[in-house]
Amino acid sequence: MPRLFTVSPDFNMKYMSGWFIFNTLLQKALGEAIHFEPYEDFDSQRKAIEADRVDIIYANPYDASMLVREKGFVALARPRLKSDEAVIAVRADSPITGVEELLPGIRVATTDDPDVHMMCMIMLEPADLNRDNVQFITKDNYVVVAKELLKSQADVGFFLSETFDDLSEVIRKQLRVLVKSQIHVVHHMFLISPQLASRSEEITRVLTNMDNSDAGRRILSDIGIPGWDPVDIEEVEFMIDLMSTLVD
Amino acid sequence: MRDMTPEDLQGRPGQEYTLNYFDGFSRRIWVVDEEVPFPEGKLIVSRTDPSGVITQANQAFIDMSGFSAEELIGQQHYILRHPDMPTVAFKGLWDTIAAGTKWHGYVKNLRKDGRYYWVYATVVTNIRNGKVVGYTSVRRKPSRAKVLEAEALYQTLR
Repeated sequence: MPRLFTVSPDFNMKYMSGWFIFNTLLQKALGEAIHFEPYEDFDSQRKAIEADRVDIIYANPYDASMLVREKGFVALARPRLKSDEAVIAVRADSPITGVEELLPGIRVATTDDPDVHMMCMIMLEPADLNRDNVQFITKDNYVVVAKELLKSQADVGFFLSETFDDLSEVIRKQLRVLVKSQIHVVHHMFLISPQLASRSEEITRVLTNMDNSDAGRRILSDIGIPGWDPVDIEEVEFMIDLMSTLVD
Repeated sequence: MRDMTPEDLQGRPGQEYTLNYFDGFSRRIWVVDEEVPFPEGKLIVSRTDPSGVITQANQAFIDMSGFSAEELIGQQHYILRHPDMPTVAFKGLWDTIAAGTKWHGYVKNLRKDGRYYWVYATVVTNIRNGKVVGYTSVRRKPSRAKVLEAEALYQTLR
């Protein structure tokens, strides 16, 4: 039975083939069969995690916290110079100029991306908005969230900042950032299951050495990550403590 | 922790108070009746040791408090205490986190320059290998309606 490797479904589709190549590198380096499973949505990935089917994962901060605290996963590395930030956007021609002008009853286009949704809901708090007084329109991905705004089916949209920046020029020109988070200390992590813990050092070495070769740098570029930095346990625990202050 | 002086107010008119803290320490402070708005999208993050001494402060904390990192690290978190905050609010905080429960509340903080800023604060206990090693506090932008409610409540508790 091969190991299962997966990536948080918030990754940009343009990196899909890069992640398959990354998986090939992992297999070669570890001498084990590893199956890459790019789940289409957070729900199906969450079910696989709950069923203990996942061995290796590049997880968003919300899931990383759960994997460490509840499933005993070991965090090995984080993407260099990349933190998770969220954006609340409106149509470019919207009369709204600040969060505090938003009123109860607004239509919010969002995805099931847990940390982006959470960060954006926190940024709505100054307007006294919460899950009980807004209408959610949950979509499969950020492109569809943008389209909801463009069709005026939603008043605001929640985006992962990086994905918002990657929207096509045509779409982005018709949208306007209302607020962007500047949290800096929340980021994705590369984790392995407790069953693989004995290979922690080996896997960390594979990751952190990737930017030492042309082939490794090419793969990093193909997955949109500048390099991997090892994480120590206290850094992981700090991020988990921080995430727990943000969750209700 | 030194007493504040009128020079800290950088020319703004202020009022002098003496604050007595839970550990017997007391400090003269100067307060300016001017709010500094919480920046959009940011979180103020700090950590303390189990006795409330600041061990870590992020840039948003440094910017909003007006202190440098060197001035904050090693000080009691009560360096931010504003005289409008009732003692009972902080007792509630310490009782809650001592019981290992997450604390939320609206807090008016004092800046180095005597002005103030309101936050919605959350404090969690940092537990490592079953031991309390400190606390993490994250402050975010509060709603104006909630600030007005807290202000009215705190006036009755002082």
